[in-house]
Amino acid sequence: MTRIDTAISDIDVLDRLAAGVSPIHRLDPRAKLIVTVLFLLTVVSYRKYEVAELTPLFLYLAVLLALGRVPVLVIARYLLLACPFAVLVAVFNPLIDRQIIAQLGPLAVSGGWMSFVSILIRFVLTVSAVLLLLACTGYVTVCAALDKLGVPRLLIMQFLMLYRFIFILADEASRMLRAHSLRSPDGRGTSLRVWGSLAGNLLLRAYDRGVRVHTAMLARGFDGKFRPLPGFHWSIADSLFVVGSSAFLILVRHGQLATRMGRWALELSA
Amino acid sequence: MHMADALISPPVGGAMWAASIALAAYSARKIEPEIAERKIPLMGVVGAFVFAAQMINVTIPVTGSSGHLGGGMILTILLGPHAAFLVMFSILAVQALFFADGGLLALGCNVFNLGFWPCFVVYPLVFKKIVGASPTHRRLMTGSIVSGVLSLQLGAFCVVLQTLMSGISELPFGTFLLLMQPIHLAIGIIEGIVTAALVSFVWHARPELLELSADRKLEPSMSLKPVLTALAIAALVTGVLLSWFASTHPDGLEWAMFRITGKEELAAPEDGVHATLARFQEKTAFMPDYDFAETSAIQETGIEHSEEDAESWPAVSAGTSVAGVVGGGIVLILAVLIGMSLRLIQRRRGTVTP
Repeated sequence: MTRIDTAISDIDVLDRLAAGVSPIHRLDPRAKLIVTVLFLLTVVSYRKYEVAELTPLFLYLAVLLALGRVPVLVIARYLLLACPFAVLVAVFNPLIDRQIIAQLGPLAVSGGWMSFVSILIRFVLTVSAVLLLLACTGYVTVCAALDKLGVPRLLIMQFLMLYRFIFILADEASRMLRAHSLRSPDGRGTSLRVWGSLAGNLLLRAYDRGVRVHTAMLARGFDGKFRPLPGFHWSIADSLFVVGSSAFLILVRHGQLATRMGRWALELSA
Repeated sequence: MHMADALISPPVGGAMWAASIALAAYSARKIEPEIAERKIPLMGVVGAFVFAAQMINVTIPVTGSSGHLGGGMILTILLGPHAAFLVMFSILAVQALFFADGGLLALGCNVFNLGFWPCFVVYPLVFKKIVGASPTHRRLMTGSIVSGVLSLQLGAFCVVLQTLMSGISELPFGTFLLLMQPIHLAIGIIEGIVTAALVSFVWHARPELLELSADRKLEPSMSLKPVLTALAIAALVTGVLLSWFASTHPDGLEWAMFRITGKEELAAPEDGVHATLARFQEKTAFMPDYDFAETSAIQETGIEHSEEDAESWPAVSAGTSVAGVVGGGIVLILAVLIGMSLRLIQRRRGTVTP
């Protein structure tokens, strides 16, 4: 029960952030989508032992977080919730790959640890980038941008429909579960038999609602076609954003910024 | 078992995206005629139902733990393979976007692993065969459990393959397989039982809802063509991209830039792969490539450049490592400082002119 409520409030948090106003929110959603994909491609394109050179990419996140007015804690919460699979797979790297590939003063670092840290950094970068896109754009707008970029209409329509119904059905499920738990004082959770009829009933209600909604749509002239939001306006700021971000990504990918910075700092201190 | 962006490489992610998009386009075309009926709202509602049902946990009798509905099989049984595939696509997209469950680049992998197998392989080849033309309670139960197990096993196997081909994780094939398959056998059985419970409830309460009955009239037998096509696309694209990457290490951004600028020289077949690749490297050489970083400071300290090729990476060089750590740390601190100051400026501006 709490799971449903938290899930819904999670979606809600991002949606409320997306309704905000900021320079990032004002950008064309297509621009943000393109830059996010370029960013993700950059992150995954590094070789597996790369750690230091990934760090400059945090600059992109920091700027977006700040300009988009997204609270760091929201992103951090998601990161914690989502980490198990990637961390579980990554955790075997230090155990298996024991070849020493780096030396930090007295400390010898094995390839496994390097790739482990690298996976964690990649994880933080990729997940945060997607969350930031959503928090600064909003689901429906992202869908409209996808439509403009040529994704099949039917799929977009499914995305939007699913999104509409999630809240309704989650509320319904939450009510049913509350009713069930109030009537089962031993508090042992839902057994399989009960689950079957709970979920089954939920499905039947959902189905009937779907039919009603469809009738209502037909009554309002729905002809099977989906008409997205009116076109976006691509301004100079959007072009600048895309070009600037791409330039930044290329610079980071090839410029070895972190190593240069480190050498420079070491020389200064020496 | 959602693949994460952090674990995949661009060729694998790209190939799986291509296969999934192709399947989605195929499915969209296939259901278009029926859409005038009531499938559109139904797809939305059933998709949302799977979402909601995933949040109701079942207590598993013996173990005391709890499981939940996975969704692929139930969607296919209720909606038919084509609509189910699109719904699965949308569910995974929402999970990737809102719950950070699987990433945006890995979405192609996840759609393929969790959608393709139940919709286009297990449902027509296993479930329908078991349940047959006249479903009974027993047949529905067996069919659901067997297909639940099978589709998860196939999906988990794909996760292993994709992780392996990406080369980010160190797990050897055998070990990873031994980790993944048994876990997903257990999960698959639970999912199968849960699916069976749901299907049998619906079958008793509203038998006409089950796609089985309608499906028989609509399409007598599913053809193997989409299955083979999708597998072929996935294999081909993965193969081409992987071999390309393996031979030259062009990185993903270059690859993406190349895709975007759309230079088609690569397609010229008579040149041979290596000639083409060489030309491709010349083309991208205007970018500050690795050699460009050979500044005087580096030569002074006499540190060799370890970015050049894969073989030279393991060369231990203390200077590079220390510089990397120091530099990375400084960059991180800078990023935080820049973010904080930007926010401060914004806030100040916000109070003056709200």
